[in-house]
Amino acid sequence: MYAYDQYDQAMVDARVAEFRDQCERRLAGKLSEDQFKPLRLMNGLYLQLHAYMLRVAIPYGTLNGGQMRVLADIAEKYDRGYGHFTTRQNIQYNWIKLEDAADILADLAKVEMHAIQTSGNCIRNISSDHFAGAAADEVADPRPYAELLRQWSSFHPEFSYLPRKFKICVIASENDRAAMRLHDIGIRIVERDGELGAQFYVGGGMGRTPMIAPLIRDFVPLDQLVTYSEACLRVYNRYGRRDNKYKARIKILVHELGAEEYTRQVEEEFAHLLDQGVEPPLAELERIKGYFRDPDMPDAGQEADRSDPDFAVWLDHNTHAHKMPGYVSAIVSLKPVGGIPGDATAAQMRVLADLAERYSFDELRIMHTQNVVLPHVRKADLYALWQALNEAGMGTPNADLMGDIIACPGLDYCSLANARSIPIAQRISQRFAANGKEAALGELKLKISGCINACGHHHAGHIGILGVDRKGTENYQLLLGGSEAEDTSLAKITGPGFDELGIVDAVETAADVYLRERTEGERFLDTYRRIGMAPFKEALYD
Amino acid sequence: MKLITGNDLKTGAVTWWTGDGWSIHIEDAADAGDEAEAIATREEAARRVNVPYVIEAEAGPDGAPRPAHIKERVRALGPTVRVDLTLKPDDPTAAQKVI
Repeated sequence: MYAYDQYDQAMVDARVAEFRDQCERRLAGKLSEDQFKPLRLMNGLYLQLHAYMLRVAIPYGTLNGGQMRVLADIAEKYDRGYGHFTTRQNIQYNWIKLEDAADILADLAKVEMHAIQTSGNCIRNISSDHFAGAAADEVADPRPYAELLRQWSSFHPEFSYLPRKFKICVIASENDRAAMRLHDIGIRIVERDGELGAQFYVGGGMGRTPMIAPLIRDFVPLDQLVTYSEACLRVYNRYGRRDNKYKARIKILVHELGAEEYTRQVEEEFAHLLDQGVEPPLAELERIKGYFRDPDMPDAGQEADRSDPDFAVWLDHNTHAHKMPGYVSAIVSLKPVGGIPGDATAAQMRVLADLAERYSFDELRIMHTQNVVLPHVRKADLYALWQALNEAGMGTPNADLMGDIIACPGLDYCSLANARSIPIAQRISQRFAANGKEAALGELKLKISGCINACGHHHAGHIGILGVDRKGTENYQLLLGGSEAEDTSLAKITGPGFDELGIVDAVETAADVYLRERTEGERFLDTYRRIGMAPFKEALYD
Repeated sequence: MKLITGNDLKTGAVTWWTGDGWSIHIEDAADAGDEAEAIATREEAARRVNVPYVIEAEAGPDGAPRPAHIKERVRALGPTVRVDLTLKPDDPTAAQKVI
């Protein structure tokens, strides 16, 4: 894992001191809310429905046991005993007091964490593959490149006031586990003729105008990665719309210019920048790579004992192939039946910290699906790990199944939401646990957003649900056919919406159509793509 | 009726104008009537409450003010999915009353 050097630590400490002063002036009435709001947002402090909310960055979703333990301490000391892991691989606390905010940031700084650039029209926390550095199918560990971009984008003076927020994702596998093409910039590290380079996809995103990012450059040498990123941002910063926040994301610029013209302008800017000294020396990348060396993983050689049938089910659903023999990555579900997706108590966070230290070389990953990964677990340790997870309520064997629902906080917490997301997720999870169909359905990715901003990724769900406000009443639209994987696609609305009970029935109806129509080996998404919307609409509305 | 609401500066807690101060309990909220906007402006200037604003409400079945919009009813109670975190942790029906 990356460790702060003196410059990183000094910058973060200085920001804590600066924000402490700003908070004190606000509390003393010397700053108005209009003056203070942009300052608190630069430090991840929102004002939500019930209280201040603090969003803490977890760079590319990677953290260690000590950091997780501090996240647990913050939940207990300053919040109400829990935190919420988000679809951006971050954590949010929902009950923060302004008078505690600077102390929390100081606690975070002690373990090399912060909340900088988790809000505002800047480059946000860079996301990545939650199996990075462990996956058998990657050409390289994408995290050193994500870290390089994190350092380049932190406090970048030119990109602190972009037209709108900006999200970058870096992966290094053909299999996309990070919704790469639904980011403002999606970067895939690839290998060509023995050399590593980067594919650039620019102009993707969800929200009210979902778009899949087009490929604008097939191969950028890695010693030009930062310069090419800077060129992409410069064109956006210059021409992105600032007159209408709903048209200010880069996806609108790329769409309106056309990918070809946007690319031409980026290439022109890139040529101009090449001799400007933007790119850090290669030695810096090598220094960063040094922090991401594989832990020493001797071949344990032993397969997990599958004689406990419940354990075997968990093994089948919640582990992922590792590049080293004798190891797997284990997925810890934060989706118990009827639970709140992504929520973890302080006690559970401490268990995760302990288990990471004991079984996974002190590493954890936060998934954009609101679960947690222990990336390097010996197969021989899996049974003990599963038992410990079960005891802590985190052993549900449902990764990528119906119960593994992504849900935004919705109207229960979020001031932007139009409808509640969490109760819908809870009811669907309970329904499919009770009717026994979850296992038969197999891979089925259900995603719920409480408003058009799409934090719950409903556009990319095999089944998506969007909560809307219909004359003061919650109403839910059903969408089918989305994917955020390497076969990225955007879901389509089935028709008129449903009330909060009707949407649960509608999801079951759609699932039943799939069970009736599927052919051997087809996932829900495959069947939908083969038979189209009509049979689903007929079942839902006739 | 017109209520004035905002979030407490220090704690961020949802708060309601009572006629001579602020309370976290909507049961204490006063109908600010035609003076509502003026009071909200005055209170914002005092910088005790974040961005106070005026909402529509009516008297509920128990006589307490009931906001017209569900978002304000959720604000008045707390998250409907965690009754233990609301202002009525001992009332298992509290969330249903919001809907």
